[in-house]
Amino acid sequence: MLGPGSEGMSESNQKMQKIWKVRPEWPFLLFLVLSVVSYLGLILLMLGANVLSVSWSEVGRVLEDPAIQHSIKLTFATCTATAILSVLVAVPVGYLLSRYRFRGRALLDTLIDVPILLPPLVVGLSLLILFNRVSLSEAAWVLAGGLFLGAVLSFMGSERRGRIVPAVLGSLAILATLAAMFWRGATGSLEDAMGELGVPMTFHPLGVVLAQFPVAAAFAIRTMRTSFDQISPRYEEVAMTLGCHRGQAFARVIFPLASKGMIAAGTMAWARALGEFGPILIFAGATRGRTEVLSSSVFLEINLGNLAGAAALSLIMVVIAVSTLLLVRGFLGRGGSR
Amino acid sequence: MSGFLRLEKLAVRVGAFELRDFSLEIAEGECLSLMGPSGCGKTTVMEVICGLREAWRQAGKIYLGGEDVTNLAAGGRGVGLVPQDVVLFPTMTVREHLAFGPRLHGWKRKAMGERVESLAVGLGLEDLLERLPKGLSGGESRRVALGRALALRPRLLCLDEALSGLDEARHEDVLTMIRAMIEREKVTTLHVTHSIVEARALGDRVLEMG
Repeated sequence: MLGPGSEGMSESNQKMQKIWKVRPEWPFLLFLVLSVVSYLGLILLMLGANVLSVSWSEVGRVLEDPAIQHSIKLTFATCTATAILSVLVAVPVGYLLSRYRFRGRALLDTLIDVPILLPPLVVGLSLLILFNRVSLSEAAWVLAGGLFLGAVLSFMGSERRGRIVPAVLGSLAILATLAAMFWRGATGSLEDAMGELGVPMTFHPLGVVLAQFPVAAAFAIRTMRTSFDQISPRYEEVAMTLGCHRGQAFARVIFPLASKGMIAAGTMAWARALGEFGPILIFAGATRGRTEVLSSSVFLEINLGNLAGAAALSLIMVVIAVSTLLLVRGFLGRGGSR
Repeated sequence: MSGFLRLEKLAVRVGAFELRDFSLEIAEGECLSLMGPSGCGKTTVMEVICGLREAWRQAGKIYLGGEDVTNLAAGGRGVGLVPQDVVLFPTMTVREHLAFGPRLHGWKRKAMGERVESLAVGLGLEDLLERLPKGLSGGESRRVALGRALALRPRLLCLDEALSGLDEARHEDVLTMIRAMIEREKVTTLHVTHSIVEARALGDRVLEMG
């Protein structure tokens, strides 16, 4: 091999070497490092400021406060319930979006992101109006309209085998229409009906879960869809040659492969529910010892002028969020690729 | 025409690729190697026969054992597939792969156990039954995929580039194993390949495409 000082290297060869000289890589690396440092620096400064401003005796005090203990318990219970509900919805919706091509798919995809894009207060206000200002009959009419539109969109251009989707949507639209006609004379709201069934929502602990759910589920669906996208459809195809229908191929082959995606989706939903505040305040309220969760505890402490207490609670939330993330990352990492 | 597998004027379209009036016949128990260059549509034809690409079929009929299977779902055709990329299920052991079809079709435990043992012996997988796919070599994975496809005693076995990607040492072993299993199971076989050497080595008859 010829080196730079090798004998016999012609003048043109030297010229070539000059032309092919590679520029140093460090400016690009510097750009990458600065980007990471500027973002991570802000996060660490925020966490650091929180830790430094906390009086440890205050942390002990808030942890001994029965109202805060109730708030922590309710936070864990509601976040877990929201995460489970979100995964239950995210698995089928994520699979549908990942594997099926149908008319109206782009619209469905966009609608799923709506709770993420809406201001949190609007999510809470929409729930409040839906449950308290809209009659059962009106709600059923809106639902029937949406389902009917979905049925028409999915029917247009669908193949013979793909007509199960518009058929199901159409049947549900008819059911919703019948329900709307059945409740025509009823003036009571959805909240009244839920109250009669013994599951009141507005300003009730169950309302906290409902307020956390829309945004948490949207994040879980996104995570699940990405997870299914990463699983080759060839698995289902081979399973189908062995006698599976799509449902069996999903249950026996894809579902076990998606378990890590489900854990990731659940964690995402759990963490998002932990940070939820606006919709909870509007729809479930922040009543001490009843519908107060950690995010509303911080708000209540600030309102009471107890900044030290708010900082202590913030630190507790940071510890819960970070340790949850680390636990799940550790669990996912131990099992191999994510 | 009296072939066990019979394709009648099959027309397939995938994007810009189009295949028209493709007919083919394989006698019962015969192993036909369908040979052609990459992109000539041989894998597409195989997948249409398996029932995996119904949307791509524009016209034509597929008969298997005298029965018209053109509109049957993939699982109802009795066709075993060994794909080129093998596609073993990552969470299942070798034993679970071999038992996948029989378990799905509700075989009795004893019959299923005997079938798994028999396939494992025939394919030289006895010591690997509890292994997951990530612990298998290329040749071993190919044998597991063959066993999985044969477990239900299919009417037709489809092999897609059965020997590609194997090093020379494994090549001969896997070839001998596949030949032996085809003869033992007396299964009609369609082998798709781009290599004339592999086509001649495995097929009783070679048909060139494209």
